[in-house]
Amino acid sequence: METIFALSSGAPPAGIGIIRITGPLVREALTAVAGRVPQARRAERAKFCAAGGEVLDDGLMLFFAGPNSVTGEDLGELHCHGGRAVIAAIEQALAKVHGCRPAHPGEFTRRAFANGRIDLAEAEGLADLLSAETELQRRSAMAMAGGELSRKAEAWRERILLASAQLEAVLDFEDEDDVSTLPKGFGDGLRVFAEELDDFANAPHAETLKEGYRVAIAGPPNAGKSTLFNALTDSAAAITADVAGTTRDVLEKPVALGGAPFTFVDMAGLRDETTDQIEAIGIARAEGELGKADLILWLGDEGEGPAGSWEIAAQCDREGFAKAKPLFRLSAKTGEGIAELRSVLIAHGRDAMPGPGEAALNKRQRVLIGQAARAVRACAGQADPLLAAEDLRVARTSFDALLGRTATEDVLDALFGRFCIGK
Amino acid sequence: MNQFDVIVIGGGHAGCEAAAAAARMGVRTALVSFDLDAIGAMSCNPAIGGLGKGHLVREVDAFDGLIGRAADAGAIHYRMLNRSKGSAVWGPRVQADRKLFKAEVQRLIAQYEHLQCIAGEAAELVFTGGRVSGIRLADGTTLESRTVVLCTGTFLGGTLFRGEERFEGGRIGENSAQRLAEQLREANLPMARLKTGTPPRLDGRTIDWSRLEEQPSDQEHWVMSPLTEKRANPQVFCAITRTNPTAHAIIADNLHRSPLFSGAIDAAGPRYCPSIEDKIHRFADRDGHQIFLEPEGLDTHLVYPNGISTSLPVDVQLSMLRAMEGLEQVVMEVPGYAVEYDHIDPRALSPDLQLKDMPGLYCAGQINGTTGYEEAAAQGLLAGLYAGCSTLDREGPAIDRANSYMAVMVDDLTLHGVSEPYRMLTSRAEYRLRLRANNAATRLTPLADQLGCVTKERKAWLDSRENARQAWTEVLDTVIPATQLHDAKLPVKRDAGRKPLREWLGLPDLHLDGLSPWLPDDLDTTSELAAEIVEDAAYAPYLERQDAELRDLRSSMGVKLGDGFPYDTVPGLSNEMVERLSVSLPSTLSDAGRVRGITPAALAALLVYARRRNQAA
Repeated sequence: METIFALSSGAPPAGIGIIRITGPLVREALTAVAGRVPQARRAERAKFCAAGGEVLDDGLMLFFAGPNSVTGEDLGELHCHGGRAVIAAIEQALAKVHGCRPAHPGEFTRRAFANGRIDLAEAEGLADLLSAETELQRRSAMAMAGGELSRKAEAWRERILLASAQLEAVLDFEDEDDVSTLPKGFGDGLRVFAEELDDFANAPHAETLKEGYRVAIAGPPNAGKSTLFNALTDSAAAITADVAGTTRDVLEKPVALGGAPFTFVDMAGLRDETTDQIEAIGIARAEGELGKADLILWLGDEGEGPAGSWEIAAQCDREGFAKAKPLFRLSAKTGEGIAELRSVLIAHGRDAMPGPGEAALNKRQRVLIGQAARAVRACAGQADPLLAAEDLRVARTSFDALLGRTATEDVLDALFGRFCIGK
Repeated sequence: MNQFDVIVIGGGHAGCEAAAAAARMGVRTALVSFDLDAIGAMSCNPAIGGLGKGHLVREVDAFDGLIGRAADAGAIHYRMLNRSKGSAVWGPRVQADRKLFKAEVQRLIAQYEHLQCIAGEAAELVFTGGRVSGIRLADGTTLESRTVVLCTGTFLGGTLFRGEERFEGGRIGENSAQRLAEQLREANLPMARLKTGTPPRLDGRTIDWSRLEEQPSDQEHWVMSPLTEKRANPQVFCAITRTNPTAHAIIADNLHRSPLFSGAIDAAGPRYCPSIEDKIHRFADRDGHQIFLEPEGLDTHLVYPNGISTSLPVDVQLSMLRAMEGLEQVVMEVPGYAVEYDHIDPRALSPDLQLKDMPGLYCAGQINGTTGYEEAAAQGLLAGLYAGCSTLDREGPAIDRANSYMAVMVDDLTLHGVSEPYRMLTSRAEYRLRLRANNAATRLTPLADQLGCVTKERKAWLDSRENARQAWTEVLDTVIPATQLHDAKLPVKRDAGRKPLREWLGLPDLHLDGLSPWLPDDLDTTSELAAEIVEDAAYAPYLERQDAELRDLRSSMGVKLGDGFPYDTVPGLSNEMVERLSVSLPSTLSDAGRVRGITPAALAALLVYARRRNQAA
């Protein structure tokens, strides 16, 4: 097995850079670059040198002996200064060590998985954890990496096995008079189970956490959308001017409000007629955006916004813009009502996201649980016990896939390709 | 002439199929049995087939084996079990006249020119350089062969128990192979003991049939083997009686006299076919169990009471029987008994049923821890084929869990071992929708043909069947617009589009009868093939869903692990996983996935390691 290395901290330039090395030749690599192998699990100061002996940087290093490391193999870390040149130079020095090479995306986690340190669901949780940027995301990812979903899936699988056993008894022991029919309430029990699975699959999901609760600000041209966008995101990312049709494209900005991730979307004003071709494209894209949004703040005429949108009376500082029954009256210019809107948005957005410490499902997991729910429901309605049993088998294989029991290359490749190098 | 390519020891269901299969492949074969007249004997119930078992019979028959045709020749009662459920779990079962069945097996065996039957006791296996080189008979004769198939049933170290009585033997009144058992035990093979039992036999003339519920033979004219033209014998009926609280009290009062409860037998018996004393003991709350009264033949008055296997003392057996309805005056001709016998831990076998530590030595049947004629016959067939293939240096039959119950069984046995006698159940086959008793010939006869183990008669049948299938395929590919069907008053919406006939047939409301205007007149819509085609169409959506799974299965079957796989050096495998895998020694990653308790993480570690190892190799 090759020894691999990669920058495991954020993209340079940064205050510090951490380069991880894992594999059988970690000791050799540390000796080549830092002159020695430090005592295991103790940070030691060292000078990092190029192959010719030239000192590249002065930093800290760590060594973890396998299998007691995150990857399950020998693992080393070099903590250096976070400049691009320094990091590149140290990576070059490592690449010159015979048997060492830069890691592929996800390879560190793949090794942890292959060495039995984590299971598939945990690996997925880890991927989320590594890209977690807000407190909510982090806590949900922690729950996943801690195996909460795995435990749930195991429990579901047990329920399926129990139902399967009842069906198989009917199929294989026709002549035994006490098992030749299914127990009363068999189908009803399964329907309840399918509901539970659906509820779980439809619960707030990981994409909301990852991509943020999506709030689109919509209305006719010059309704003050961009001003509100800037006020909510605390920036001047959107150009604001008094000329109708200033925002021609879609602007989006992820922000953390009260620890929860939001993505605010500013877009072209929606008007039926425009002669400007570029603006027309902008309007078309805006309409598409409305479909993707979790919530729409409507700044146009009362009652004309998309269904379910919140009526906002923006520009309440200007005459003639008042709505009769707005949810919010605010002025981005004076700041009136902004704080109130923000706190209501936070409460609302959080409700739509997994609670702190709840495992959030990603799309692959949701699809599998949905598939299991469909199979369980189909089973409840089957007249032929043979086909009912087949439905349960399908449900079982969905849970197997959820737990990574099928262990196919496809699943692994799809999963591990998601990681940044070095994670 | 004492030189052979394959020697088969034992003339039961496993032995007969093994010898016949090897002989069909054209290799010189010997069948050694204590008593040539006992070849093909049914030692327990006079029935062939049943749930899961019927599948095995059809599969052995698809390889041109004996059991299906012999069952038809002896059949005096046909019953399709599970008829009300989906066709994939139908269980064809026949009751066979013992004499007729045995006579047919012997007649078929006599037709094989490469097969010689030899009477004698196989006393010793002979080895040369660690490999089997033949056997020695009790009279000192040596027979040479590079392959030997052991099909010794319960005769290996068999002991019979009846109340306080003990006998040595494999069946009542017959010898057991004690010397061979000793040799195997000395060879340090992993051996264990299992038990099975048989019920008393009754004199049918002393049963009051008029008071019992009758079970007639099926009216439909199906048979076990497609080579059987029609049912050969007059059909008889069976009857059902029940145990009752009086009978239960008699048994409960005498449990201490049963060797099962006195501690004389401690081997595990089959949970699926428990003795009556087991049933009373374990299900004390039940006030009755069904007993099927099955005639043993046309010219015998013997009746087999199915469901009441016992090793209680003779006097208790009789009082228990006489407590039941219709049996008040019954005369017991032969009392029931239990048999405890040696078996080999089947995990010591490779997937070709050859002992890993004794090249050339194959095992089939009860010696591998299974129960049942059909299980034995299927293993015998495979062991015979593998031994024949090894002689001819050919690849064995291309069977796997997705194409046959036989492969499911061998895989289960060699991977998981047994803790009780192994019986085939349809629930053991995860792809059973495609493994129907009705399509065994379609699944397997072409494989058998490729392997060169079918007779001319079977080959001719296969060819004509393939022609008929070709005709059906062309018809089923015809595209028909919904409007035509709608106009013919069939339950189809006018705007349902244009579909091939095959897909229309898959709709639950459309049947072959209704579609007859679109079928050529010369297609036989009442044939077995037509029924199979309709079933294929009905199951098609399910089978398509399984296809992706099967691709996975076959790709992980492609990741070879093998016996020498260094589990202890795979990074990240816990000691527990290493231990489980080292005992089971799965041949492929797919097998490893079915070893009990193996975790996903362990599988992934194996996958990564195995691939790296193969790349390095």
